[in-house]
Order: sequence, then structure tokens, then C-alpha cells
Amino acid sequence: MSVLGTDTQKTYQELKDQAVQAVEGLNTKSYVLVGTATCGRAAGALNVLETFRSEIGKHNVDAEIIEVGCMGHCYAEPMVIVYKPGFPKICYGSVDEGIATRLVTDFLVNDDPCFDFAMAALEPNDFFPTFEDFPRGVYEQKVVLSDCGLIAPDDIEQYIARDGYGGLAKALSKEPERVITEVKDSNLRGRGGAGFPTGVKWEICRNAEGDTKYVICNADEGDPGAFIDRALLESNPHQLIEGLAIAAYAIGASQGYIYVRAEYPLAIERLKTAIGQAREKGIIGNSVMGSNFSFDIKIFQGSGAFVCGEETALIASIEGNAGIPNHRPPFPAVSGLHGKPTIINNVKTLSYITHIIRNGAEWFKSIGTPGTPGTAVFALAGKVVGTGLVEVPMGTTIRTLIYDVADGIKNEKNFKAVQIGGPSGGCLPESSLDLPIDFDSLQQAGAMMGSGGLVVLDEEDCMVEIARFFLEFTQNESCGKCTFCRLGTKQMLDILTDITKGKGKLEDIDLLLELAVDIKAGSLCALGKTAPNPVLTTIRFFRDEYEAHITEGRCPALMCKELITYVIDEKKCSKLCDACIGSCPVEAVYTRSDMLKDIYLDKCVKCDNCLVTCLPLYQAVIKVSPPIEAGGNQNG
Amino acid sequence: MANSVTITIDGKQISAAEGDKLLWVALENGIYIPHLCGIKEKEKPDASCRLCFVEVEGMANPVTSCTLPVTDGMVVKTRTERVDRLIATGFELLLTNHRLGCAKCAKNGSCQLQKIAKERGLKLRLTRLRSVLKEMQTDDSLGSVAFDPSRCVLCGQCVWADRKENKGNIGFIRRGISRKVSTFGEVPLAESGCTRCGKCVEVCPVGALVKNS
Repeated sequence: MSVLGTDTQKTYQELKDQAVQAVEGLNTKSYVLVGTATCGRAAGALNVLETFRSEIGKHNVDAEIIEVGCMGHCYAEPMVIVYKPGFPKICYGSVDEGIATRLVTDFLVNDDPCFDFAMAALEPNDFFPTFEDFPRGVYEQKVVLSDCGLIAPDDIEQYIARDGYGGLAKALSKEPERVITEVKDSNLRGRGGAGFPTGVKWEICRNAEGDTKYVICNADEGDPGAFIDRALLESNPHQLIEGLAIAAYAIGASQGYIYVRAEYPLAIERLKTAIGQAREKGIIGNSVMGSNFSFDIKIFQGSGAFVCGEETALIASIEGNAGIPNHRPPFPAVSGLHGKPTIINNVKTLSYITHIIRNGAEWFKSIGTPGTPGTAVFALAGKVVGTGLVEVPMGTTIRTLIYDVADGIKNEKNFKAVQIGGPSGGCLPESSLDLPIDFDSLQQAGAMMGSGGLVVLDEEDCMVEIARFFLEFTQNESCGKCTFCRLGTKQMLDILTDITKGKGKLEDIDLLLELAVDIKAGSLCALGKTAPNPVLTTIRFFRDEYEAHITEGRCPALMCKELITYVIDEKKCSKLCDACIGSCPVEAVYTRSDMLKDIYLDKCVKCDNCLVTCLPLYQAVIKVSPPIEAGGNQNG
Repeated sequence: MANSVTITIDGKQISAAEGDKLLWVALENGIYIPHLCGIKEKEKPDASCRLCFVEVEGMANPVTSCTLPVTDGMVVKTRTERVDRLIATGFELLLTNHRLGCAKCAKNGSCQLQKIAKERGLKLRLTRLRSVLKEMQTDDSLGSVAFDPSRCVLCGQCVWADRKENKGNIGFIRRGISRKVSTFGEVPLAESGCTRCGKCVEVCPVGALVKNS
């Protein structure tokens, strides 16, 4: 394929000049950026957006309202950024209609930037700290998330004005082989979970025989607790489209697919808009940017099967078959969609490609560790203060991530474990906190990078229950094709369920380990091969908790419902308060003759309501394990 | 015509056509490897029963022989500690969802599960694992043929045979532990497009599809 490189660069320069001109007007007047990705919407961003619209209209303010994506601070949604000429851009968190109204009346109409509600400024100034002044800002290094929440995903001009599609233009001016060399040199490893070198995959596909080749973006993000791909699609879809186009050019494909789960309607909507705009600009379609490279993208919506994230199942699904994995080899890079050489890359991987081609392999390698260069994006969830999407250089320790970036454990509880990599990953204990995060170190520790879900667990989380939870997920999501996954995960789940109910036997632990090893070795696809990981790691690091359940009928974390009893500490209970009684849905809490409260154990459904109600008052409701038999110490 | 290659299975030198799948090469040379789902003519093996594991020199882990094309000089072992363990577990897992009671089964004596148990010294009962079997209604609607889903091992032999004869009267439905062979819409066989060709009964390796006596 010969490409008119100079023409491409010229075409791109024209596109960019237009874009810069189009967005230039933006900084001359006030604007409000409202984060309306799914995460923001769930917290009420659309109401906030509506408030800004009506207030700005009411006060006749000359300000633009722009919907943007997600900045990654889940704990502070909905977030808005307000800019007024003469002031730094300021970001506000946990904005509700009241705050939105104040921001219009006090800031946009008058000149009070409402620092009370502000989180951080976006640029250094004399009034207010920036994100970089907080620990999270110090440790974070944003590459693929850098523009998320700052640009409008449905405005291609904003993307192009920030050098967007410059990577594609640069790629088109090179031979495809040189693009692959650049990716190989960058040592980029696939961010879908397994960490296979992306450049090697591309090279295999480029060298595979066949005139027709395909590129597929795997956006079938389904791990419980992972929402990185969704944020990238909703916040900066052009970054992905650019990466996909570069991939297509490099391997010689003219058709690309984005396989995105139907449960991401907003991501699909924003992708469709973005693809339409790119097509209009001649960035995809026939003769991309005036070159003789043609490329188009179709969106394929998955129907909700987790296993369709496995590449052979994903291909089967696009082909119209049931989403069920097939044996590899042949690998898709040799024989994939419709039997043609196909590369399947994750949303994050392709988003990195854009930056690698723009800035070069050396730049990429300057971030992270030699084995795994670049950054890692994590969806931080669970018992940490600063939940959200964070991007840190590979090699950052788990401790830094939890205690510095995410500001430590909620409610001053003690850290117990961190679950990395979702249902395929593992639970790592306190002794692993200083582990530097990269593909190899996590794998060695028994966890997995996976799709970047990171759930922090504290002393109130039962490790047997956590293992059971993840195994229930994989068992539910097993396609049922192969013996080990279909029946093996069911076997393990039944054993774990027994243990959480106090019905386990000591030899069950060894049986779990035996089954885990065989299911890993015997399963057909990666779902089965990794499903036992949460069980293996929790037994390895928290065997004592398993044993407490089995031998003592005790759940040390007081989490397993069948192994706990709710009781009221009469020393703490107040005769003057009956909040717990009102909170009980089954009339299990009652007032004793001495006016203190007690619980009928045979009526109690262990809903936790009385405990939660009493917590801020007297902390008199407590859980005990092993459970007290109903009728045991009743005195009512 | 593919090149002829020489491979070694359990110390025995065998010549085979390059690219043929190891399972069939072994079977054709009198070396038994347990298998249920293997269909020689199928270009893409299902590799779903997970019983035909062998170890091959130079490969880190046991591999399914139904998916492995033979290459010259390949050295294969059908019985190693790891292979035996995997097959034993896979076999017992199948039994957790298979209605036992061979004496009452029409396939008693010609059942492939019995053959595997005999060849590999495995027990035809659960030793470590628990039964997850849900009793399911036997479909006797055809009269001449009985389909007992609680004996089915989901090997897919009947689905393949039916697809060739009848263009897909039966297939797999549902996912995970609920996966099963069924007619479209789960109607009884007699109400489906079944042509009573009997091919599915011929290929069923266990007592799931049998002729009513």
C-alpha cells in the first residue's frame, strides 16, 4: 500500500486549523462543563445540567454549557468545571441543584467563585490549589484518561484541536510495517488482562495470509467493579477510533468492529456520534485523510454474556452464533472473524496506541516499568475513601494506590485485602501491599491485572464470602460448553456455599484446592482457566478464615448471615431510645420490662437495619459469631 | 496428499499424515485415549468434553489430543500423572451430572463412560464430588426412541449427526449448568421436525438417546 504521506499531513493540518479556529472562541466567554457520563448521571448530573440551563437562561448569562465525560472522581460525582474569563478553571464536586444555582448566581453573575464547593483548580493560580497539589495528583499520571472529562465527547473539533487524529495522520505517512515496529518497540502489552505484546499480535496478523483482515475493539467490559472502558468510550470516543484506525492501517484491514455491550447505551450513543463525525471529516471512510487507505467501523452490540469478552466467543457472537468460545489455536490473528486474520484489542490498548504513535515508543517506555511500560488504569472501588478511576505509572505499589491516591480506608477500619482483576483475579493480603503493580508481579502473587477492577476489602469483609461471590459470578457466566468450567465451578461454588453456612468440612479446603488446579488446567477458555483464582488466593492468604467457618462455625468478619446473631448490648442500650424498634421490618426488636431493648432471635431476619440505626446513637446493636441458637439466652 | 510424518505415542512409532489430529491417529493405531465429543470430520473440534488430554514433549501443559495436529517427531505420552489426574477429575465431574444406575440403562455394556472407566481404572460412582443432577423428564414422545437428558453428557454427537441429516432439528440451548440438548422451543421430539432417521441414537455414546425396547 503506497500512501501519499505529504498529502495526508496537509489534509490533517487543514483539519486541525479548522478545529483550532472552531474551539478558539470557547475561552473568550464563560462556560460550564458538566460530567454527564453514566457515573455522573447516576449521581444526578442530568438534574444539575438542567439547573444550569434554566439558571443561565433566567439570569441571561452569556455562558456555554457543555456535556463532558468522566474525570474519574467517582466519590465526588456529579462534577462540574466552571470557567469565567479572568478566573482559573475550577472544578466542583458533589454538585446538586442548589450548588448549581449558587454557581450561576454567585460566580457567573457575580464574581464569587464559591470556593466552599470547589475541589480543585485546573491550572495553578493564587487562590486555590490544583489537583496536582493533592497526593492523588502527585501520583497520578494520565495518558488515556488525560482528556476525559475535559473535552466534549460529541465534538470532534475539541479532540482534533488537542492534536487528536495527529497519530493517525502520522501513521498514514509511514509504511504499515514501521507502525508495527513502533508499537513493538513501545513494548505495549494488551490491557485486556492477559498482557500479550500488542505489536507481536499485530505482526502475526499482518504476516498472516489473506486479502481481507479485520480489527475488532473489545469493549465487552463485564467484570464486576470495572468501568474503565465505559468511561473511555463515554468521555473520549475519538481516542479509541483513532487507535482502531491506526491498527487497521498497520495490519491491512479496511473494516473494524467495536464490540460493545448493550448495557452501555450512553457509550454506544456517543460512539455512534463520534463515528459519524469522523466519517464526515473524512477521517474514516474511503480514502482516509486523502490517502488511499480506506477504513470503516461498525458497532456490534453484545447481548450480555460475560464470556463474549473472550476473543473466540466474541468472534462467534459477531458471526451470529452463540457466544461460546472455541479452541485456540488457531488464534484470531491467523484465523478469526469469518476465518480471516483478525486482531482483537481492548479499548485501553487501542487508546494507548493513539498516544504511542503520536509521541513515539521511547516516550511510552519512559513511563512505567521495563517489563510493562506505560500506565495502569484502575477502577478503585470498595472500602476506600477516594473511589474512582485512577491512572498511575506501572510499578506503583498497591500501598501508594490505596493510601495515597485513594486516601486510605473508609471509616478508619483496618485494611484486610485487595481484590485485583475481578473474577479472574485474586485477593492479596497486607503483606502484598508493597508489590509494584505490573502484569508479571501480580501474576506471580496469584492475582491478575485483568481489566483493572480493584476492590479494597476491610476487616468487615469475609474472605470466604468474597471467594464465593466471585465464583458465583463465573459459575453463572460459564457458557456451559466444557466439562471443567460447567461442572467444576458449580462443584466449587456448592462447597463454598456450604462453608459460608457453617456446613463445611475440613477436607473441603483440600478438595477446593484440588479442583481449582484441575479446572485451571482443564478448562477450554480463559474464563474457566482463571475462575478458581479468587478461591486459590483466599485459601492461600486467609486459610484461617476458612477454618474458623468450618471448625468453629464462626465468621471472623461477622459477614456470613448464617453464622452471626444480632444482639443488643444492655450496657450500651438506652431506655429512652427506641429507634431500633422502628427500624425492624419484622417486629423482632422489642422493649423489655426494664425498658431496655432486646431481639427475638427466632424472628430476626438479620437485615442489619437496627445495627445501622443504632450505630450513630449508642452502638448497642452488635453482631456475634458463632451464632446464638434461638431460645438460647432469651429473657423476654 | 499430506506429508507422512513419524510420531511416537507411548514409545510406539507411528506414521501418520501431517496435520491429522492426534486423537484419531492414536485411535486408528490401537492406542486408546478417552473421548466423548470428538468428531473426526469436524474441521473445528469442539474440544468440550476435556477427556482426551495427553502430554507432548516440549509442551508445558497437557493438551487435548483432538485439537492437536501431528508434526514430525512428536513424542506423546497418553498416561502421565498429570494427564491421569485431569481425566479422573473431568470424568468424575461428568458423573456429578449424569444419572448413574448402569444396570437399568439401555447402554449398559456399550456405554463410552463405562469404557473410559474400564480403560483408566476409574470408578463409576462419585468418590470426592457431590451430585448436582436434576431429575429431568425423559422424552418418550417418539415411542421408538427415548431421550433422557439426565444421562446426557453434552458431547454434541447427536447435534452434529442431526444437523447433517435434518438441518438442525436439535441443538444446544441455555448456558452454564443449564446447558442442554433440546428441540427448538423445547417441544417433545415427536412434535419437532424429527424424521426418525435414528442417526442421533447411533452416535450417542451414553444412555441419553436410546432405542426403546
